[in-house]
Amino acid sequence: MSMYYAGILADVGILVLGALSVYIILSTGQLSLGNAGFMGIGAYLTSWLTVKAALPLTPSLLIAALVSGVIGVVVGFPALRLKGIYLAMATLGFGEMVRSFFLNFSAMGGPEGFHGMQHVSTGTIWIWAILVLVLVMVLETSQIWLEIRAVRDDETAAGLVGLNATRIKVGAFGFGAAVAAIAGGLFAHHHVYIEPGNFSFERSIDFVLAVILGGSTVAPGALVGAVILVVLPEYLRFLADWRFAAFGALLIGMLVVRRQGLLDRALLRSSPA
Amino acid sequence: METPPRLKLDRVSKLFGGVHALTALSLQVAPRQIVGVIGPNGAGKTTTFNVITGAYRASSGAVMLDGRAVTDEPSHRIARAGIMRTFQNIRLFADMTVWEHLLVAQPSTGSPLQRLLPTRLANPLAIARAQEVLEFFELGEVRNRLTRSLPYGLQRKVEMARAVSARPKLLLLDEPVAGMNHDEAETIRNLMLKLRNDGLSILLIEHDMAFVMNLCDYLYVLDFGVLIAQGRPEEIRVNPAVLDAYLGQAD
Repeated sequence: MSMYYAGILADVGILVLGALSVYIILSTGQLSLGNAGFMGIGAYLTSWLTVKAALPLTPSLLIAALVSGVIGVVVGFPALRLKGIYLAMATLGFGEMVRSFFLNFSAMGGPEGFHGMQHVSTGTIWIWAILVLVLVMVLETSQIWLEIRAVRDDETAAGLVGLNATRIKVGAFGFGAAVAAIAGGLFAHHHVYIEPGNFSFERSIDFVLAVILGGSTVAPGALVGAVILVVLPEYLRFLADWRFAAFGALLIGMLVVRRQGLLDRALLRSSPA
Repeated sequence: METPPRLKLDRVSKLFGGVHALTALSLQVAPRQIVGVIGPNGAGKTTTFNVITGAYRASSGAVMLDGRAVTDEPSHRIARAGIMRTFQNIRLFADMTVWEHLLVAQPSTGSPLQRLLPTRLANPLAIARAQEVLEFFELGEVRNRLTRSLPYGLQRKVEMARAVSARPKLLLLDEPVAGMNHDEAETIRNLMLKLRNDGLSILLIEHDMAFVMNLCDYLYVLDFGVLIAQGRPEEIRVNPAVLDAYLGQAD
């Protein structure tokens, strides 16, 4: 029983990181449906570093985050030319590209997957999740985050008041990609086995759903959304086969009643700090 | 050696698919000068602002700030070089408070790290500047309000305050008193005079003729993208071409 809950808790922690990776990019007004791709890059690279290069986990995670961040910046540049649904489609394509790359990449097991990683505990996952969440929340009180919000609101006006929208948007893509890679590295070392199917389109959608549910304008929304997304279907088990339908209905209801998600800036301001 | 004008447009043209929105416009704004651009609707006034600020690229000609060409630079770099503007249809950031608007446009003064740390702790200079501008524009009472909840006149003021917070050399104001009553317009006029005394140059577009005549040191009159007259307000008031093209129509 406790194993079962620990498993769920680990899933939530990974999802918090994944949701944060989407949140960071979404804060500049860009919707990415490909963050499972960055997660996959992080998972495979971290695993290679710990298993084949025999590095400890923490530096491996940081290297993977850095590499994924650079790839995020590279992906972010063509993304600048795309808006809204076109950007969403392009990032979806990127995610699928990464997944099929690893499917064909026999050095890392291809379709058979890759294993040999040392197991990490749920606690380690949560330390990372909380660290990244706090980091983003501190950033949210900085000048750079004001600029990010300005770019999201009105990119042209942001440029005309002196903000370099290109650098801000591409930078956010890189940062989001780095966070997704950390989620991937931890996922790989918690499950001690990865295969390309772990990093599919559905996982990217989960990240986005968590952000939308929890609140897409404040970082703690990623935490709240991740908890709801994992825990609520468990509580709906009494509905048996209908539980995902019920969950879908709840999601639609949420979007109708509270489009910005459960948490928003006004709510956080009014609550005692 | 002669100091260059703060702003100089040298035969700037702008074509939209063969249509001349601006034809070889030349104008100047000296340091500490308030200059007006007037003309009927569609005369090319806002196009002029868009070319100066890099929102549009000039088809030909040059835009110079303090003698340095900024013509083909991206808009954010032109803003950082010292040209800030307001918009005819107000463009504030929907989810930001007045206070946040006074911080967001400020150029960074310290290390890049300073911009990543909490502004309140790491950036006392930006806080001090925002406070100074807040008081100058008398916005203290609405400091923490979201700008979208403010009345129109105050929104205009916040937009102007956001531009000033970045310490520009030249302020471009697109119809700063449109839709304001007499008292509000008078407040804006006094603010502009004070800003000029602090060393700012101002170029403004305005439809309110009395306002322009009372405030500007010099005027340029556009009609269909062509400069039809320029001079001091008292000269423009009696210029037959202007009366024909603009004043006659407006009243």
